[in-house]
Amino acid sequence: MWALYIRDVQLGVRAGGGALVGIIFFLTVVAVVPFGVGPDLNLLARIGPAILWVAALLSVLLGLDRLFQADREDGSLDLLLIAGQRHMSALMVFVKCLAHWTASVAPLVIAAPLLGLFMNMEPVAIGAAALTLLVGTPAITFIGAAGAAVAVALPRGGQLVSVLVLPLAIPVLIFGVSASYGAVTDPAPFLPPFLILCALTLFFAVIGPLAAAQALKWSSD
Amino acid sequence: MRLVAQALAGERGGEPVFSGVSFSLGEGDALTVTGPNGSGKSTLLRVVAGLLPAAAGTITFEGGGEEWPTPRSAAHFLGHQNGMKTALTVDENLRFWREFKGEPHLESQEALEMMGLGEIGHLPFGYLSTGQKRRVAIARLLVSYRPIWLLDEPTAGLDAASEAQFAELMQAHLEDGGMIMAATHLPLGLTAATELRMGAGAAA
Amino acid sequence: MTDLANPTRFIALADRLVPWLGGLAALVIAVGLWMGFNAPEDYQQGITVRIMYIHVPFAWLAMFIYTAMAAAAFGTLVWRHPLADVSLKAAAPIGAVFTALALITGSVWGKPMWGTWWVWDGRLTSVFVLFLMYLGLIALTRALDDPTRSARAAAVLTLVGVINIPIIKFSVEWWNTLHQPASVVRLDGPTIHPSLLWPLLISALGFTLLYATLHLMAMRTEIWRRRVISMRRMAARGAETAA
Repeated sequence: MWALYIRDVQLGVRAGGGALVGIIFFLTVVAVVPFGVGPDLNLLARIGPAILWVAALLSVLLGLDRLFQADREDGSLDLLLIAGQRHMSALMVFVKCLAHWTASVAPLVIAAPLLGLFMNMEPVAIGAAALTLLVGTPAITFIGAAGAAVAVALPRGGQLVSVLVLPLAIPVLIFGVSASYGAVTDPAPFLPPFLILCALTLFFAVIGPLAAAQALKWSSD
Repeated sequence: MRLVAQALAGERGGEPVFSGVSFSLGEGDALTVTGPNGSGKSTLLRVVAGLLPAAAGTITFEGGGEEWPTPRSAAHFLGHQNGMKTALTVDENLRFWREFKGEPHLESQEALEMMGLGEIGHLPFGYLSTGQKRRVAIARLLVSYRPIWLLDEPTAGLDAASEAQFAELMQAHLEDGGMIMAATHLPLGLTAATELRMGAGAAA
Repeated sequence: MTDLANPTRFIALADRLVPWLGGLAALVIAVGLWMGFNAPEDYQQGITVRIMYIHVPFAWLAMFIYTAMAAAAFGTLVWRHPLADVSLKAAAPIGAVFTALALITGSVWGKPMWGTWWVWDGRLTSVFVLFLMYLGLIALTRALDDPTRSARAAAVLTLVGVINIPIIKFSVEWWNTLHQPASVVRLDGPTIHPSLLWPLLISALGFTLLYATLHLMAMRTEIWRRRVISMRRMAARGAETAA
């Protein structure tokens, strides 16, 4: 299993891997928002956490469609599934998700505070946004894995994954953003939405891989 | 150890492609599955490997003990694709499968040398020719041990010399008490293989 | 020029030039920064003005390197010069780093001056867009292992970028004046005094020399990298005939 993790991280960061593109996409999406809403720093400071979250959601989805597709195209997926007796397939999916998160999503979380500065966010808001992203983005990856597994056998599955997964990821977005706001705006609490976010991640860490493993089993032909 | 199929039937896309296939393989036995295109050779192998559910019948692996309770846990599967990543080196690819599949057998370098590829372990898999890629995929069968080899057109893209090399490997595997089930329409050079003819009428 | 077209000669030349250029760059940067730290403080900005001696050279290099890449792109498309693509590919990460440094030093400077790390002012935003363009080019040149295939794509994208830069600059400034009330103090200080200008020019020269050194080194590395790729491909073929 550790070998699979290492292999997927290596593939992600090596030339041709999607990790770099995901980060650039994140930067670009965040950078484009001010052009749409105007350079008013007060406004940007207010919507900053939301922008970071939406951009992160989109960039996580961008690379997810390749999660199983690449393995399917070169035949590795069959071999990974055959090994299911030794390594439970759901666990295999879980490890692949973790590797994807490490290579493609963790850099976004690291870049997020920097982008918070561009949005003129307060230090506390930046910290809260980064923390919620750290805790919440794995949930998107796990849900996305289920979507990617369902769409793996379909032509043009890539766009479909986004369409399938976006609605499912809405709760994560809601609690991620409200926790970030809770840290700065006074009446709103930080801890309850943050804990719900943690719970969502743990929940999807179980549900996502299980669903994905089942879908992969049915998709092979 | 014994691989037994009883009245196995398989379907692809809801259409039945074969039915009533029975066979039994003991240690050191080889079975070549032949037949025209579309007769269900690949489907049969995928059913045995557990990648597709059997539409009817059973496939069991007897005597595997705790280690290999089912055919799929006891099998190496070599499909049409090689299952290797072009961005990783040959050696990295093989070592990954060796570790992932467990029960390490040969070192990746030894396995490559068996296939006459001792020189190219450090090269990215993507740089190899079609035949070399196939030989690396065959080397994968050697880096971890499985009693059953399920081979789907294993010699596609191989030249005569490599085919002979591969035949020797298969022979050695059989003498070791392994089993081979290969879908092919080319002779594999196995001396004592039973043949299972697939296709309309013949399968019954 | 025809001599330089030969990668082997280029490497030989680069081997000879790199130590000298690097040494010279270190010396000139040291002199420029030393002069900068001894220059009088700005009466408005105080000590923070000293960051200018690195910030302005970085910003200037951010634009200069992109121009050099555009020239290289032209060379790739028009003359099919073998080194032009190497030059473009090697320059992109260096340009991105200098642009990032310009942005970082700019915002470090901006914090005490404007009270915020970042404003979406026309000039800053243009540089940020330039940074994104660099990143896009890096991603493109890295996406393909095979250099000949990525060469033209990168060249075309670079040239499209060059044509776009004035448009981006114009539209960003128009966008900003349209939206933003004069909330930000612009840095229109008095014209720069010669005692500040000289250290600036010298340190700009020093950093340009540093860029030249890095670019030569990166080009040399890129040529070696391509040789390694073709040798590996030959090794794969060679193993076939030997077997």
